[in-house]
Amino acid sequence: MNAVTVKNITKTYDKGKVLAVDNISFEVKEGELFGLIGPDGAGKTSIFRILTTLLLADKGEASVAGFDVIKDYQSIRNNVGYMPGKFSLYQDLTVAENLSFFATVFGTTIEANYDLIKDIYDQIKPFSNRRAGKLSGGMKQKLALCCALIHKPLVLLLDEPTTGVDVVSRKEFWEMLKTLKKQGITILVSTPYMDEANLCERIALLQKGKIMSVDTPENIIKAFPYTLYGAKSDQIYKLLNDLRLNGQVESCYAFGEFLHVTLKEKQENGKKILRVIAEQNGHSNIWIEEIKPGIEDSFILLSGEQG
Amino acid sequence: MKVLGFILQKEFRQISRDKTILIMMFLMPTIQLIVLPIAMNFDIKSVNISIIDHDNSTYSQKLISKVGSSGFFNITSMETSYPNALENIEQDKADIVMEIPSGFERNLVREGMQKIGISVDAINGAKASIGGSYLAAVLKDFNTNLEINNDNIKTPQGLIDVTYRNWYNVRAEYKYNIVPAILVILLTMIGGFLAALNIVKEKEMGTIEQINVTPIKKWEFILGKLIPFWIIGMIVFTIGLFVCWIVYGIISQGSIPLLYTFASVYLVALLGFGLLISTYCDSQVQAMFVAFFFMMIFMLMGGLFTSVESMPSWARGISNMLPVTHFIKVVRMIMLKGSNFSDVRTEFLYLIAFGIFLNSWAIWNYRKTT
Repeated sequence: MNAVTVKNITKTYDKGKVLAVDNISFEVKEGELFGLIGPDGAGKTSIFRILTTLLLADKGEASVAGFDVIKDYQSIRNNVGYMPGKFSLYQDLTVAENLSFFATVFGTTIEANYDLIKDIYDQIKPFSNRRAGKLSGGMKQKLALCCALIHKPLVLLLDEPTTGVDVVSRKEFWEMLKTLKKQGITILVSTPYMDEANLCERIALLQKGKIMSVDTPENIIKAFPYTLYGAKSDQIYKLLNDLRLNGQVESCYAFGEFLHVTLKEKQENGKKILRVIAEQNGHSNIWIEEIKPGIEDSFILLSGEQG
Repeated sequence: MKVLGFILQKEFRQISRDKTILIMMFLMPTIQLIVLPIAMNFDIKSVNISIIDHDNSTYSQKLISKVGSSGFFNITSMETSYPNALENIEQDKADIVMEIPSGFERNLVREGMQKIGISVDAINGAKASIGGSYLAAVLKDFNTNLEINNDNIKTPQGLIDVTYRNWYNVRAEYKYNIVPAILVILLTMIGGFLAALNIVKEKEMGTIEQINVTPIKKWEFILGKLIPFWIIGMIVFTIGLFVCWIVYGIISQGSIPLLYTFASVYLVALLGFGLLISTYCDSQVQAMFVAFFFMMIFMLMGGLFTSVESMPSWARGISNMLPVTHFIKVVRMIMLKGSNFSDVRTEFLYLIAFGIFLNSWAIWNYRKTT
């Protein structure tokens, strides 16, 4: 059985003028850690709001934990943990009060499901008498996760949980998700950070309300059809322009300190061709290597093809 | 029901956390009831008068001392010419100028009549008309007591002697009128607008998102918001009644349970109004602004300062559409007149109707939005 099913969902805003989600379908298997990867405005939050029954889709069907988002919305609310992108707990209540409030409204207690949140809650326990509004970003996020988990949900929906959180906290957070996954909770998580895609079992790449690809991160990278080269020289911006102007180069874009370059035809000696182009344009300190593509390369390629 | 209990617990906890609001909720009624009615006083007690006496006769002296001793007027200056006196009005040192012409006494004695010039600063209409009529009354009294008039009366004229008595407010003091009305306004602010702001705050902070994905039902959420403010409203009302008694000695002439019955129905109507505002607003600033708009209308058209009966008929129509008008009327009637239920039944029906109408509209609109 699928934990989450989305079938031909379309959502528009402003009376149809703004297309936020465009005929999207995907499925999340039970116990899976599934990622929605896409830039801001790709439609991630709209999908979450539809799945949490906060928003009605214009067209299509969706179900979470086997419950239809329209007919069984009450059951969904009982069985889903949702953590919105914006911190949405009561800032004027303390950590402990927030947690016990959400436990009680779900008709449970902190003690009943304590083993589930123990690892996470232990980290914020020293601050349990502090008001939620006074917590740091990382601690707020841990508290929000605890509150979303307190009723032992079947499916956990996390909307950009790591946005605006420091690198260490992000890493910790993904560790926590892995632990939760082991306990059999299905997790649907969205993120604008491509590097986090590799931490999911399967991902959907989203762009402008459309799904470009759904697969495991490895398969998506494997499907990258070109040989990718990293290039660098003393004048990196000039090199970018020179390569883009050259007829043999398919694509070239800046990526950290390197340029990522692909060639139009599959060449045995692509490295040499690129070096020649660079030398012809008078570059010095040229460095060119074949490199492994990442999710971001696939994303840029796919959005170029489909956009 | 159990969930509602948890929500209420949470609400009271949050209200008790916000110290500013908490202090304001209980300090405001006390301070405002003590300070405002004393400051807001429409009784005209002292009118400044500037007098020009061109006659300097016994009669004119008598008239001046009569004006001065009447208790309503302060003779601020004696001027020698009209332009000088008018200057006093321009500088706001005098409200009225009285000019006694030369030959005042002579004309009165010989010809039996004399005219006096009175100029009134009419910027403050109420003060001008009351001051003017006070002065006219003083002059009339002066006139009837003139010896020559009394000498001339040969046959006694038939007179209707009018003695009157003020009911319910024996000395016609303004405070009796305004104190109960301010009590109503305070209840309106706390009941209606604090609740509206509180609900909008959940929207603004995004916490409503988190609540909406829990099994909490809408009616539980709404009741969880309204009940705390209903209770606070009743407490504030009680404090207000005590302030009325201790500070002004105003004790309700009518039945206290009747007063509370009305207050509770009024609060339900008002909370519905607050809920309605909150369903149309997304931020606290918006809600605040809308609330201010209605507060002004409530204060100026609800019969707080001016009597509803003397408004033009269209304004009376609007005024009748405000719950606050009816509650002010009822509180005045019960507290001052000792009216019983049959006297205020119409108002009761009005408030019930407002309660049902505003709450249904609010709930209908609340359903639509989320």
